[in-house]
Amino acid sequence: MADDKDVLRDVWFGRIPTCFTLYQDEITEREAEPFYLLLPRVSFLTLVTDKVKKHFLKVMKAEDVEEMWFDFEGTPLKWHYPIGLLFDLHASNTALPWSITVHFKNFPERDLLHCPSNSVIEAHFMSSIKEADALKHKSQVINDMQKKDHKQLWMGLQNDKFDQFWAMNRKLMEYPTEEGGFRYIPFRIYLTMSDRPFIQKLFRPISSDGYTHTLGDLLKEVYPVAISRDDESKRYQVVIHGIEPLLETPLQWLSEHLSHPDNFLHISVIPVPSD
Amino acid sequence: MPVSLLWAVDVYGRVYSLSTRGQQWEQCRDAVLEFKRVTAVQQCCWGIACDHHIYLNVHSSDVPIRYQEETFENQRWNPMDNFSDRLLPSDRWQWSNITGLEHQPLDSFFLPSTNWEWEGDWYIDENFGGEPTEKEGWTYAIDFPATYTKDKKWNSCVRRRRWIRYRRYKATDNWATIPSEGRSGPLPDPFNDISCGGWEISEEPRGRLSLWAVSLQGKVWFREGIHHHSPEGDGWEEVSLPGEVVQISCGPGDLVWAVLWEGQLIVREGITRDCPRGSSWVVVDSPNPEAGAIHVAVGDNVVWAVTKDNKVWYRRGINSYNPRGSGWIGMIGEMVMINVGLNDQVWGISCEDRAVYFRQGVTSNELSGKAWKAVNVPRDGDIRSHSSASSSSLHSAGCFFSGEVRAQSVMSEDSDTKNGPQRAVLEVKREGATTAVTAGPSIPEEEASLREADAKSPPLALVLSPSLSGGPGDPQWSNVDLEETQTHLAVGPAGVRGDAADTCSLSSVATYTLCQEEPYGADEHPLWAWVSGGGCGVDCHSQLNWFNSATALSSSVQSMSLSISPAQTAAWRKQIFEQLSERSKREMDNFKHYEQAIEQSVWVKKGAMQWWRDWKPHKWVDVRFALEQFSGPEGNQDGILFLYYNFNEEKKYLHAFINEVTILVPVLNDSKHTFAVYTAERTKQRWPIRLAAATELEMHDWLALLSVSCCDSRGIQGPPSKQALWSVTCKGDVFVCEPSPSLEACPYPTPCDQMFWHQVGGHLRLVECNSLGVVWGVGYDHTVWVYTGGYGGGFLQGLASSTDNIYTQTDVKCVYIYENQRWNPVTGYTNRGLPTDRYMWSDATGLQECTKANTKPPSPHWTWVADWAIDYGISGGTDREGWQYAADFPTSYHGHKTLKDFVRRRRWARKCKLTTTGPWQEVPPIPLSDVTIIPCGAQSIVEPIPLWAISNKGDVLCRLGVTLLTPAGTSWLHVGTDQPFKSISIGGANQVWAIARDGSAFYRGSVTAQSPSGDCWYHIPSPVRQKLQQVSVGRTSVYTVDQHGNLWFRQGLTPSCPQGSSWEHISNNVRKVSVGPLDQVWIIADKVQGSHSLSCGTVCHRLGVQPMEPKGQSWDYGIGLAGHVQHFPHRALVIFKLCDSVFEHCIIVI
Repeated sequence: MADDKDVLRDVWFGRIPTCFTLYQDEITEREAEPFYLLLPRVSFLTLVTDKVKKHFLKVMKAEDVEEMWFDFEGTPLKWHYPIGLLFDLHASNTALPWSITVHFKNFPERDLLHCPSNSVIEAHFMSSIKEADALKHKSQVINDMQKKDHKQLWMGLQNDKFDQFWAMNRKLMEYPTEEGGFRYIPFRIYLTMSDRPFIQKLFRPISSDGYTHTLGDLLKEVYPVAISRDDESKRYQVVIHGIEPLLETPLQWLSEHLSHPDNFLHISVIPVPSD
Repeated sequence: MPVSLLWAVDVYGRVYSLSTRGQQWEQCRDAVLEFKRVTAVQQCCWGIACDHHIYLNVHSSDVPIRYQEETFENQRWNPMDNFSDRLLPSDRWQWSNITGLEHQPLDSFFLPSTNWEWEGDWYIDENFGGEPTEKEGWTYAIDFPATYTKDKKWNSCVRRRRWIRYRRYKATDNWATIPSEGRSGPLPDPFNDISCGGWEISEEPRGRLSLWAVSLQGKVWFREGIHHHSPEGDGWEEVSLPGEVVQISCGPGDLVWAVLWEGQLIVREGITRDCPRGSSWVVVDSPNPEAGAIHVAVGDNVVWAVTKDNKVWYRRGINSYNPRGSGWIGMIGEMVMINVGLNDQVWGISCEDRAVYFRQGVTSNELSGKAWKAVNVPRDGDIRSHSSASSSSLHSAGCFFSGEVRAQSVMSEDSDTKNGPQRAVLEVKREGATTAVTAGPSIPEEEASLREADAKSPPLALVLSPSLSGGPGDPQWSNVDLEETQTHLAVGPAGVRGDAADTCSLSSVATYTLCQEEPYGADEHPLWAWVSGGGCGVDCHSQLNWFNSATALSSSVQSMSLSISPAQTAAWRKQIFEQLSERSKREMDNFKHYEQAIEQSVWVKKGAMQWWRDWKPHKWVDVRFALEQFSGPEGNQDGILFLYYNFNEEKKYLHAFINEVTILVPVLNDSKHTFAVYTAERTKQRWPIRLAAATELEMHDWLALLSVSCCDSRGIQGPPSKQALWSVTCKGDVFVCEPSPSLEACPYPTPCDQMFWHQVGGHLRLVECNSLGVVWGVGYDHTVWVYTGGYGGGFLQGLASSTDNIYTQTDVKCVYIYENQRWNPVTGYTNRGLPTDRYMWSDATGLQECTKANTKPPSPHWTWVADWAIDYGISGGTDREGWQYAADFPTSYHGHKTLKDFVRRRRWARKCKLTTTGPWQEVPPIPLSDVTIIPCGAQSIVEPIPLWAISNKGDVLCRLGVTLLTPAGTSWLHVGTDQPFKSISIGGANQVWAIARDGSAFYRGSVTAQSPSGDCWYHIPSPVRQKLQQVSVGRTSVYTVDQHGNLWFRQGLTPSCPQGSSWEHISNNVRKVSVGPLDQVWIIADKVQGSHSLSCGTVCHRLGVQPMEPKGQSWDYGIGLAGHVQHFPHRALVIFKLCDSVFEHCIIVI
């Protein structure tokens, strides 16, 4: 029987085959070839697309280049969402490779944050981890870590070093056995059909009378629409890391094993494809 | 920790037990009687039934309680009759005990009680001091009493032989009645309270217990002679008292406290090994002058008391020198009674709701604990309450069994006259209940309404006994109860509300309430009357499932599935695994040719450490330490370890390739957090890289990281394979080695210095595996562990550890120091030695000063769990104060003083405990000293797998049901022997050889798959004048080592004569031998030429072992790891010997 540790590896080493195509209106000196890349699901777009940029800059003049950004079928892709989440949310039922359009002009200020350097991503990533630990352990674990430990988390992600990342991250996943789980589960539920970027609430892994909360309990509490009633056909898929865990999966286990490196459980609720 | 039981009695007199792993109270079905009180220890439970008689329930065990009776048959030679039973008038009896002073014919032996049975008939012992005798078992001497020999000589005038017969205690798991007989006839009045303990006072005789009881008249009785072979004890002895006692409590050690009628407490003083009854009482005042004490409970080092206002008190300042303590501290909570169990854990029954409460947070540092927490689990009766009630009431109503009939009738005589008519009513009602109940289960709706009706009608119990509803300070006690007690106790000052009254009321309540059919429904709180944790082994680390399964059974089942079996089989888990692998297929399989977004780069982890300098003078120097990791040529992780140091102002560095590291060994000592890194080269030089980290945590971080990267570089991931080799270091750390294919491939096998060993969590003294994945281990405290299939644990957290199959593991061992004294003519023995003498407090060698204060546990992982205590169990014997005498240091010591003795010493022991985690699960309950598994190759799987063991008491055991799927097996089969054993080994074709404690060798006949325990022992004569120590059996070869270090090979073994014919001497200076499944022979040898004169053994391997030449030809004195392996031993118990001082290790295949 496979071990739970394998889940962590599978999550970390999840890759999305992607085809980057330059936006048709970009001015190039010669025709830009599409660029193919395996993107790590748990990383961030702007952190792993140096090669993409280099590739397209070869055919462009420096004066035509502004900040690079991406869209998928017209939807600008938020770099501060993990790549896997972007894929699940927008493209999970489309053909592979994932076709992303690359832009160097007309940055959509209203939809996207600027990302001038990797330090911005690092700041965003670390603030997510801190927020998650505030929920899980009242920030006790993250505050007990040293600066170099924080750096190790970030470097682990940046360099795709599973071992280094988890050597630190496991401390963030510990909890007192007598409590049976974290204080609150750091999660975010993303909806494609909503104006709200995501739903986030305080939710405990164990109820006050000792009952173990499941993914279904969370959805019932936070977004009951996602659960189809017995008498109707399934309307929504609840996707984490490209898979649909059963609703009876314990939330604590999910948080420990299917959280992104930023320590959040990013849950996409997407409509079931009509065909 | 093994599963153990908490015992409790409810107000209806039903006895329940709650397992430390369980989640519901199990009713004790055998208890046909209603009980008032129980007092439990690990091996048994004593109770007072409502007939005021004492009952004993000995828990059954795989090893039965059996006692060897012996008697001697004596004969004298005369010219007429040759040897005959015609003895001289001055001679001893024809049948006598060993001394000849007592007449003991065979028919004078009787079973001590009806709870015993004979195992067989008398037979003649044909083993004489380890040597088999002639057929008749006679031993000869010149005259009585003299030295006997097994051979008849010309001057042998007398002879004797020993007859043995075993009797067995049969009343296990049953409440056996204990007659209330004192030395001079029946006791005058019935019992009212009972307390069992005292097992820590002395280990001699084995399983000794103290049992204290209080009679209704307030007298205290002490039961003599309770020990393992006599669980019932001999008889009651009255203990004189300063007043009348209502309740008594006896701890595991020498604490005994009791409560007097007047509300003071008395403390027993003078309890020692020689006098477990103690000598005198001292009075201690009640904590509250207004409200006298009504209850007391003592543990190892604690005393708790309850006063009449139900307040709980904790006694300060209790220790073995001061059993009285110094003062009372009031605690929060109101209890009717309190009980202290193992590890000073505390339980109580709350005054408010009569629920059982557990005191949380009791540790050795904080004995008073933190808070009360209600034990909130359902009772099995709640689910099937009706059916169980019907069966038990049927028993007591009509279908009497012999013993119980008597007990019941005694009860109505003993108790006051009121009981008579009540019982009549009771039985009628019971019959009513039975009929109602038989209808119940079939019609659930009716049952529910029935319960509702019960709940609406006022509970009868409350009406009859206001004490149950009693709030704090509730003064009244039911008149019935007071009358009852006063009939027995002429003296009874008005307003005395002693504990005895309480109990009486409880017992009468028990009779009353039985009149009702099920007085409450499942959701009402159970009312408890008594709790006993004396057999309940929990401590602050224990995870108990007793508290949060409050709501319903469904939720408790669910939390159980999460915590106990880690949801391995749950559908959601399976779904996630399947979907993830589908996702990989979908998203990655077709796109492998795509470029990776992140290029693999070198990753460096740096740190500061101290390094034990390679050159002289050796010392710790500060170094910078770095691990560079990168992707190796084949895509696997690899790395280099750098160590930067300064030498003569010059910056230099030292490096080691991660893929060349052979083993990382933590070497915790009390001053530094050090570890050693070995490579093949450094093993040859016997000079590892020794490093010390600043903190333990840092060391563990580094060790875990290095360990993972070593494993990565060798492509080792996950749990050890089934063929893995297992080893333990002398520190108890567990290591495994993956045999590479080349290990099997002769003629160029991997040299052992290049074998890579990585650590697995856990702590063991010995480990044994069968190369099919069945791995057993034994801890220093003889606890047995079976490998669970996981990996990691201990400091190997996170990735280096599996999530499942990792459990808490504990080990306990003793640290010994010696107190040395020299005699001088003026003052006798003093602690002033000669200037040339050893330290007056020292280690065993006398070279190291070890005082009680400065001696620390072996490493920071160990913590003291007890105080220093004199060790009487040292070889050579001791006097009553534990001293051993000798003419001078250092020499051999004996246990009594002679005129020639000028020095003496005694050994002090202190227990320390280690708590860690690892892929090991305990195999309770029998502690072992040796274990052996049949060695087998992958092609020849035999199931069930034969596994034999020797318990720490010397019993030979055969494990049933060991398979690859259930490596822990199911149960032990006890294999009877006439004496304790010490070593056992099973070889290729089910040959079982064993060594008894007297040094004789035995072969077990007819061991087959059908009869796994064989049929009988064949006594194999030892080599002349040698006592054997250890045995090891390979495919066919049998080797033994004797006490003088000689190695013997058994000659003449053939399939038709598996016992062989004679012993052939192979070698001397051998400490231990191990024979592999291909008859490979490995030894640990001492004094090997050319090696250092260090005490740690050298591993040698026998060369030239061939199928036709099983003895081999010569030794390969492979020093340390330098020796090469010819055939790889598949019996892979390998021991590393590792000495802190020299960091030297060698590998030993046993």
